Amino acid sequence: MTNVLVCVKRVPDPTGEVVLTPDGLRVDGRFAGYTTSAHEEAAVALAVQLAEPSGGTVTVLSVGSEDSIEQIRSGIAVGATDGILVEADADLLGPADVASAIAEAVQGREAAGTGYDLVLLGNDAADTGDFQVGIRLSYLLDRPVVAGIQTVEVEGDRATLRGEGPEGTEVYEVDLPAVATVLEGGVAPRYPSVMGRMRAKKAEVETVAWSGTASGSGRDALTVPEPPPSEVTVLGEGPSAAPALVAVLRELKVVHG
Amino acid sequence: MSVVVLVEVEEGRASLVSRETLTFARSLGAGDLHAVVVGEAGEAVVADCREMGVVVVHEAVDPALERYAAAAWAAVVEAAGRAARANVVLAPGTGRGMEVLAHVAARRNLRMAANVVAVESLDPLVVQRQVVGGAALERATVDSRVRLMTMAGHAVDPKPADAAGEATVSRLAVAVDPRDLRAQVARVEKREQADTSGLTGARVVVGAGRGAGGPDGFSAVDALATRLGGAVGVSRVVTSLGWRPHHEQVGQTGSRIAPDLYLACGISGSIQHWAGCASSRTIIAVNTDPDAPMVTKADYAVIGDMHEVLPAVLEELG
Ligand SMILES: Cc1cc2nc3c(=O)[nH]c(=O)nc-3n(C[C@H](O)[C@H](O)[C@H](O)COP(=O)(O)OP(=O)(O)OC[C@H]3O[C@@H](n4cnc5c(N)ncnc54)[C@H](O)[C@@H]3O)c2cc1C
Ligand SMILES: Nc1ncnc2c1ncn2[C@@H]1O[C@H](COP(=O)(O)O)[C@@H](O)[C@H]1O
Repeated sequence: MTNVLVCVKRVPDPTGEVVLTPDGLRVDGRFAGYTTSAHEEAAVALAVQLAEPSGGTVTVLSVGSEDSIEQIRSGIAVGATDGILVEADADLLGPADVASAIAEAVQGREAAGTGYDLVLLGNDAADTGDFQVGIRLSYLLDRPVVAGIQTVEVEGDRATLRGEGPEGTEVYEVDLPAVATVLEGGVAPRYPSVMGRMRAKKAEVETVAWSGTASGSGRDALTVPEPPPSEVTVLGEGPSAAPALVAVLRELKVVHG
Repeated sequence: MSVVVLVEVEEGRASLVSRETLTFARSLGAGDLHAVVVGEAGEAVVADCREMGVVVVHEAVDPALERYAAAAWAAVVEAAGRAARANVVLAPGTGRGMEVLAHVAARRNLRMAANVVAVESLDPLVVQRQVVGGAALERATVDSRVRLMTMAGHAVDPKPADAAGEATVSRLAVAVDPRDLRAQVARVEKREQADTSGLTGARVVVGAGRGAGGPDGFSAVDALATRLGGAVGVSRVVTSLGWRPHHEQVGQTGSRIAPDLYLACGISGSIQHWAGCASSRTIIAVNTDPDAPMVTKADYAVIGDMHEVLPAVLEELG
C-alpha cells in the first residue's frame, strides 16, 4: 500500500498572454483563468498510478487561499482520495515558507496516524518558478529527494525513479519515505470522468493553518517585456501561397529533387 | 570577497551555460572569480576557466562522486564556497545547476534566486529574474548571508576576460557523507536512439499544434517531413491530448531543436514552445491567425488553414 501526498499550487494559466494587476505585483488570472501547472498534473497522475493498484491513498495539498480548493478538487476528480488546504496568502510566502507549511502538514498527518511514503511536487511552479520547494521540504522532513523525475515505481519500501539527465535516462533507487519533484512527460495526463467530478464535489478537504511566520518572496515588481518588433514576411494567404512557400524552401536549400 | 561558479562539464569542456555564468559572475564586481568542478578538472576545462578569468579552479575527486548525487554535489559547492570565502555563489540555470543550488540553499538556510538575468545591487541583493516560464520578469530583493543565484540560459553571451585568470587547480578535501548519497543515480540508460535524436538533430522540422485538429490531422505533416527529409515536432497540446507521443514535443519540457528550417503549422507559439524552437535558423509559420505569436516571431508566414496549405505545398513540390 503506497500513500502519496501531492503538492499543487493554484496559478494563473501560464499558457496564454500574461496580464498584470494594476499594481504590477501579480499576474492577473481573471482573464486567463487559474489552473495547476503541467508538472503538478503529471505528479497527480503518477501518484494515482502508484496508489490505485496498491490500495493506497493520494492526498492533494495546496498552500493558498480558499480558492485553491478548486485545484485540490481537480486532483480528486482524476483519482486522488482527499485534500488538505493550508490556508495562507500564497503571494506573501517565499519558497522556504511554503516548504515549511507543507512539512508541518505532513507532520500533522503523521501524528494523526497517516504516513506518506512519497511526497510528490512539481519541479518548478509555473508562476514563480523558484525551483526549490521540494528540495527544501526534503531537508525539513529529513528524507531523500530526487528532482526532475518522470516515472516512479514502488516495490516494498524502495522506489525506482527515472528522469532525463545529460547523458540519458537516469535511474534512482531510494528508500521510502522519500520526496520527489516531477517533470511532465513520463505519464499520460488524466481527465476527470463524470463519476470523478461527482466524487470531487463531495470529497473531504481538510483546512489547516500554518503556525510559521512568513519570510516572504522578496518580490518588488513584475514586468512583462515588450516583444521585439515583428519582421515577418507574409508569403500569402491560403493554398495560393504554396508556390511562394516552396520558393523559400528552395532558397533555403532544404528541398532535394 | 569572491564569487564561486559551479561549472558543468560537457564533452570535456566547460558547458556553454557555464561559460555564460562565468561571464556574468565576472561582471558583478564581487571580487575574485573561482570555479568549482565535481570530478577532476581536465585540461580543457581549466583552459576554458583561465580564458574566462578564473583565479582558482576547485576540483573534488572521490569515487563516491562518480555517479551524480545532488546533495553530495551541494556539499562540494559548500566546500568551495568556504575555501574561496565566497559571498556569492552562482550556478547555470540547468536542471542540475538549479537542483544543486537549491540543496545548498536548504542546507545553509539561505535564499536562492532562480533564473536571474540581471543583478541591480549586490548589497542587499536585488535581481531581475525570469518567472512564468520567461513570460515575465520579477524584480526581487533576495538578500542572504551568501547570495545564491542560478543564471537563466542565454541571458549573456560568453566572453573571455580581458586578462586571463591564473586558473590554479586546487583539490578540495571532501569527505562524502553517506547521507548525501541517499539519492544517487544508480545507472544511466542510454536514450532510445530513434526517438529524440532524430528530432534534435534534424535539419528540417515540420511542426504541428492544436491546429492539426486531431490524431488524424497529421498526414500532410508526416508527408511533408518525409518529403523534406526531416522530422515531425509537435506542441504540448498535441502530446497531452494523446495525438502524438511525448518524444516529439518541442519546448521547455520537450526537445530543444535548432534546425535550418522549422515549419510550424497550427502552433500558437507560446513562450514555452518558443523556448524549444528559438534557435531554429529560419522559421516559417502556417496559421489561420495573423496575430499568433508564432506568426509575428517567424521569418516567413502563410496565413491560412494548414489542411489546405500543406497539401498545396506537397503538390507544388511534386
Ligand atoms: C510548465 C509548462 C511547460 C510547457 N511546456 C511546453 C512545451 O514543452 N512545448 C509546448 O509546445 N508547450 C508547452 N507548454 C504549453 C504551452 O503554454 C501552450 O499551451 C502550447 O504550446 C499550445 O499549443 P498549441 O500552439 O498547439 O495550441 P494553441 O495555443 O491552442 O494554438 C493553436 C494555434 O493553431 C492555430 N490554428 C487553429 N486551427 C488551425 C488550422 N486549421 N490551420 C492553421 N492554424 C490553425 C490557431 O490560430 C492557434 O494559433 C507548457 C506549459 C507549461 C505551463
Ligand atoms: N503554494 C503552494 N502550495 C502547494 N504546493 C506548492 C506551492 N508552491 C509551490 N508548491 C510545490 O512546489 C513545487 C515547486 O515550486 P517552486 O519551488 O516554487 O518552483 C511546485 O511545482 C508545487 O508542487
